[in-house]
Amino acid sequence: MTTKPVIAPSPEDTLSRRGFFMKLGILFNGFAAMVLAVPVVGFLLSSVTRGRANGYLSWVPLGRIDEFPEGETRLATFLNPNVMPTDGKTVDTPCWVRRVAGEKFQVFAINCAHLGCPVRWFPQSGLFMCPCHGGAYYRDGARASGPPERGLFEYPYKVENGLVTIQAGELPTPGAAIASLTGEKPPCA
Amino acid sequence: MRVITKIGEWFDHRLQLAAPIREAAEHPVPRNTASWFYVFGSAALTVFLIQLVTGILLALIYVPSAGEAWSSLQALNHQVTLGWFIRAMHGWGSNFMVAIVLIHMAQVFLFGAHKYPRELTWIIGVFLLLMTLGMAFTGQVLRFDQDAYWGLGIGASIASRVPTIGPAVVKLMLGGPIIAGATLSRFFALHVFVIPGMLIAFVGLHVLMVLKLGINEWPMPGRIVKRATYDAQYHAMTSKDGAPFVPYAVWKDMFFAAFVILAIAGCAFYFGPFGPTGQPDPTIIQTAPKPDYFFLWLYALLSLLPPSLETPFLLIGPVLVIIGLILLPFLSGEGEKSWKRRPIAVITVLMIAITLGTFTRMAQFTPWSPHMNAWSGDPIPDRYIHGTSALQRQGALVFQVKQCRNCHSLGNTGGQRGPALDGVAVRLTPDQLIRQVIQGGGNMPAYGNNLSPAETTALVAFLESLHPPTQSPARDSARELVLSDGQLKTSGTQPRP
Repeated sequence: MTTKPVIAPSPEDTLSRRGFFMKLGILFNGFAAMVLAVPVVGFLLSSVTRGRANGYLSWVPLGRIDEFPEGETRLATFLNPNVMPTDGKTVDTPCWVRRVAGEKFQVFAINCAHLGCPVRWFPQSGLFMCPCHGGAYYRDGARASGPPERGLFEYPYKVENGLVTIQAGELPTPGAAIASLTGEKPPCA
Repeated sequence: MRVITKIGEWFDHRLQLAAPIREAAEHPVPRNTASWFYVFGSAALTVFLIQLVTGILLALIYVPSAGEAWSSLQALNHQVTLGWFIRAMHGWGSNFMVAIVLIHMAQVFLFGAHKYPRELTWIIGVFLLLMTLGMAFTGQVLRFDQDAYWGLGIGASIASRVPTIGPAVVKLMLGGPIIAGATLSRFFALHVFVIPGMLIAFVGLHVLMVLKLGINEWPMPGRIVKRATYDAQYHAMTSKDGAPFVPYAVWKDMFFAAFVILAIAGCAFYFGPFGPTGQPDPTIIQTAPKPDYFFLWLYALLSLLPPSLETPFLLIGPVLVIIGLILLPFLSGEGEKSWKRRPIAVITVLMIAITLGTFTRMAQFTPWSPHMNAWSGDPIPDRYIHGTSALQRQGALVFQVKQCRNCHSLGNTGGQRGPALDGVAVRLTPDQLIRQVIQGGGNMPAYGNNLSPAETTALVAFLESLHPPTQSPARDSARELVLSDGQLKTSGTQPRP
């Protein structure tokens, strides 16, 4: 019995029926992967894309205006506007409210402008001090000393019907300070 | 016995694993590598296995929810039988793992094991180090307490400094606009699925390459690595003077592995679990968050860097270090392996160790942090008030009430952010003291707006009294000369006995 010698396919003649289907299979899987990638990537980036165009920010009440005596700085807490069932206590957000005079306020984020530790107000010396790396700020939020490169973050506020409300909803960080979103410049030392 | 052999043969006929396993176990290694210096790799693997087991055990109870994680840790500590011990094993295991991985890395570097042909083994090792640190950080987050909460804030603040995409990176990291439930859940996914999966894959590759390429021979001064000849030399070494890894070298690995397991268990039993500290409630602001042991050096660095250097250092520094570590085997892939002929390598390792050690030590004292309760908790020592005038005592009161103590120590109590003021009158004249108090400067806030002239006078009078009895206070001689013309000469304060 003689067998036909197997002829190796020449480079120009590589596309066999099986080879074609394998390539088609790869292409088909590539397409399926792309179809799957759209919802997967969309899901992964949802926390970023929702934040566009101030998507997280809304006005939240801090309390009645007479809870904040003139010339004093008081700690206030508000509920973060976006709450998920598993958030626990983390949505209770503190902030420092300084009533300068009348309806003129300054509402400072609790987070140090250096690396976000909670600053504490010392009315006797008129300073905010940070326990982490030693940042200090004056009563108007301006940088006094230490590693912060700027003053405290400020929330935009308004007083309506005797109620102090602030625009909040995002963790203030040096990269995206709340004040910078509204075009307000931080107070300078 | 025969039955067991038969069952074994039945399985191996189907699995066909006995021969390759025996081959791997008995592969010849250079005799001089059966050394106590060569046990750290297997020790790191041992600790990793402990972390896997204890981690799975903790997951039986732990709840990755921002509302319940903290109380589930409390339940582990106090309600579940031996829950405290498993938590302690996992916590101490993480410390041991970082330490052993670093020691392993220093050892292979000093023994030239990163050189040809083991470059890729080194690079994968670098990724394993990064994953180990990633596990340490994400694990710290899962212990969802105050330190974890504010530590996340620090991580977010660092990430936000990335140009352009910083805010997006923060939201991706936190899973939302703030540190909340979604944040903990994604760190749970990273700590429990993503990074361990990668670790298992990379550890497998790392060990496979050690088996395929052979363990690094004991470096001899003068035995130069060359790409062209090394493989043949190594083969000759193992075939002429080799010994089977099992049992010739493995017994040291086994002894050290058992020792490490017992050491972790001992630490866990004696010191107990880490935390959790206070509840992750952002409204509790009376807290001074601190990172876990292996990030303390970073904490110190972030406090001590000049503000302008901080962002470039944070963003560019890690990239440079990682690129440097990856390029290392290509930059020095040949040549001497022995540390005895590589002084720069030895100095580099020592420098890094001393730097990290110093920063870590400093971060245990945090001299840069104000002592937030010093003004109300640390009274001025008696000897500084004894026999002083009414004005000076009033100044001492101002000194306490205005929180000066939070940053300045007296008699070794109080903050260390600013200089100790025990002998300040020797260093500064009254005029300089007034200027420093009112205008601040250096690292001190200006107190001009917060002190009345009377308070400033009293405070400076008190500060002027702070000098050793044997040293008179500093004075401006030119001032006295000028004032003496106008007959306004003031009498300087006399040193007290």
